[in-house]
Amino acid sequence: MAVAASTSKILNNVEAVRETLYEAMKSDDRTVILGEDVGNRGNVFLITKDFVKEFGEERVIDTPIAEASIVGIAVGMAMEGLRPIAEIQFADFIYPAFNQIVGEAAKTRYRSNGEYTCPLVIRTPYGGGVRGALSHSVSIEALFYHVPGLKIVAPAFPADVKGLLNAAIDDPDPVLFLEHKKTYRLIKGEVPDGHYTIPIGKADVKKQGNQLTVVSYGLYVHWALEAANALEQEGLSVEVIDLRSIRPMDRGAILESVRKTRKLLIVHEDNKFGGIGAEISAMVAEEALFELDAPIRRLCAPDVPAMGYALPLEEEYMSSPAEMADAMREMVRF
Amino acid sequence: MAAKTKTAKAAFERHGLTDEQLIAIWRTMLVHRRLEARGFELNRQGKIPFASAGEGHEAVQAGAAMAFERGKDILVPYYRDLGLDLGIGLTPYEVLLSLFGRAADHSGGRQFPHHYASKQLGLYTISSIIAAQTSHAVGAAYAVKLRKEQGRAVLTTFGDGATSEGEWHEALNFASVHKLPIVFLCENNEWAISTPLSGQMGQPNVYKRAEGYGMPGVLVDGFDPIAVYGAVKQAMDRARRGGGPTLVEGKCYRFLSHTTDDDDRTYRSRDEVNARRKDDPVPNFERFLIEHGVLTAEAAEQMKSSVLAEANEATDRAEAMPYPQPSDLYSQVYAGPWEPWQ
Ligand SMILES: Cc1ncc(C[n+]2csc(CCOP(=O)(O)OP(=O)(O)O)c2C)c(N)n1
Ligand SMILES: [Mg+2]
Repeated sequence: MAVAASTSKILNNVEAVRETLYEAMKSDDRTVILGEDVGNRGNVFLITKDFVKEFGEERVIDTPIAEASIVGIAVGMAMEGLRPIAEIQFADFIYPAFNQIVGEAAKTRYRSNGEYTCPLVIRTPYGGGVRGALSHSVSIEALFYHVPGLKIVAPAFPADVKGLLNAAIDDPDPVLFLEHKKTYRLIKGEVPDGHYTIPIGKADVKKQGNQLTVVSYGLYVHWALEAANALEQEGLSVEVIDLRSIRPMDRGAILESVRKTRKLLIVHEDNKFGGIGAEISAMVAEEALFELDAPIRRLCAPDVPAMGYALPLEEEYMSSPAEMADAMREMVRF
Repeated sequence: MAAKTKTAKAAFERHGLTDEQLIAIWRTMLVHRRLEARGFELNRQGKIPFASAGEGHEAVQAGAAMAFERGKDILVPYYRDLGLDLGIGLTPYEVLLSLFGRAADHSGGRQFPHHYASKQLGLYTISSIIAAQTSHAVGAAYAVKLRKEQGRAVLTTFGDGATSEGEWHEALNFASVHKLPIVFLCENNEWAISTPLSGQMGQPNVYKRAEGYGMPGVLVDGFDPIAVYGAVKQAMDRARRGGGPTLVEGKCYRFLSHTTDDDDRTYRSRDEVNARRKDDPVPNFERFLIEHGVLTAEAAEQMKSSVLAEANEATDRAEAMPYPQPSDLYSQVYAGPWEPWQ
């Protein structure tokens, strides 16, 4: 981790992404941003607003609506020595690009035995709780975390967003960078000035505790923290780990915490079956089964195609700080 | 090949190609055919698990390769492009390393034969995923344009079946929007494994689609290497000048089965295939060069034996090379050492 400047400012997650992209465009003219509506409008969330005025439409490219080739063209640019940052407007629309991400980007280095590499960042907003209905609220991480050759990060706090986005941009391999939509403007935090990176693959303990380990990422880290802080009033001590990186994942941080608390609860917004929690559960069962005082528990979305547009259908799909607090209470008392 | 003249040294449209270049094109065609045959032989001998076949594609590939500027242009080919790869500088030894899956192969023995990767040659790494390479070619062409590199262009190739893929359409569309320095060359061999052209598209001419994208579409006889050179050279020069993309279609034919794992007798008649043999570009171009006094019959025979000797030498040398180690499975997943759990 490069040393950050001693000064800092308060940013939300949108501003953190924006500032980081701006610096990347400013500091390296190999950097290009491509995606739908990233230029003229400056991205649907205004993340790249006015970039096109400063960097020109050759480096801030409004692409046709063609996700497979947004990523495919970025792969070609990366192989040719540019540093593309491709945007998929919403994660819900990444499926046409699955071929290029999994079949091409993730295998470029491997299949050419290192002759060609694919230093590419694919950013995309994901997640629900924003009345986004079936096609503006999905989580996609589980579809990709099975794939060797890819890296996946999903930071939740502005300072982590900046440090991990810088790391993703500097990374010599393809990185899928997931930005939770509901945290975009909701979550504010102190962000160091200047260039710094946070290593991909390192989790962060956001709250110390000794009776239960909660592992999460994205929006649910914030809700888990809210729940864990409320439980402090009841005298319960819960540790909250923010994974930040989903591939690679930080085994050391999880095991160290679980060995201390002897209990593990995983919470994620994505559905349970085959989700990130399954891999974490398996790893902890393999490595530390006899150090546990309770069965591992996963609090995840139900096994339905997506959350609905109508409020009850969204709320039923999503968890909540209250539901998380209940699960935490039960586990501590187990 | 239009000219059927018997007059020695008769003039013909040579698109500026010297005698040496014409002979080089023919030699590439010979090496191509010899090495494809070697792949099949080695497979039948049980020495290699798999080979593909480009018989019928020699002219379109060798002609196009002559329009490629070595050390400058970028080639983003597909799996059936052995002749193109040879034509831009790949050696028979490298081909045999690939067929045998040896450690010294470009992919370290990971990929199917003829999936090369060489920055030195400007030869991009490809997968076997149909049409996926076309958007990489477009991205590379975008980089060339962004960096204002003068006189450099990208050549990307694919089969007729590939033109049905959505990614293929996306690639042409984007190239046209940005007037990129790229040439799309379709090697239309009328078959996609067992699916004939009529099952692939509603009308049989790929080049006609160019109009819909706003770029020139050029039809060329893919059995005539000189005509292919002329068409591809013109398109590459146009791209190099900043004139934008071109779609070139070379009509050819696939004389053999799709690969060693296919048996084309299950879906097309011997009569159909035999009738097309009259267009075989390898003997036809030899005859053409002799008839036009570019090549003597003796020189042709000498060339054939030297190509055979080179293929034999490459086969022996590559076969003697070691396989990758089991531990090589684990390298080059990412930069540096790797574990999904940190
Ligand atoms: C995306 C994808 N779908 C299917 C295949 C299986 N496949 C391999 S070659 C081929 C036919 C391709 O035909 P064409 O593009 O005409 O090229 P040709 O082999 O005739 O040169 C198919 C279907 C593949 N490799 N990739
Ligand atoms: Mg075909």
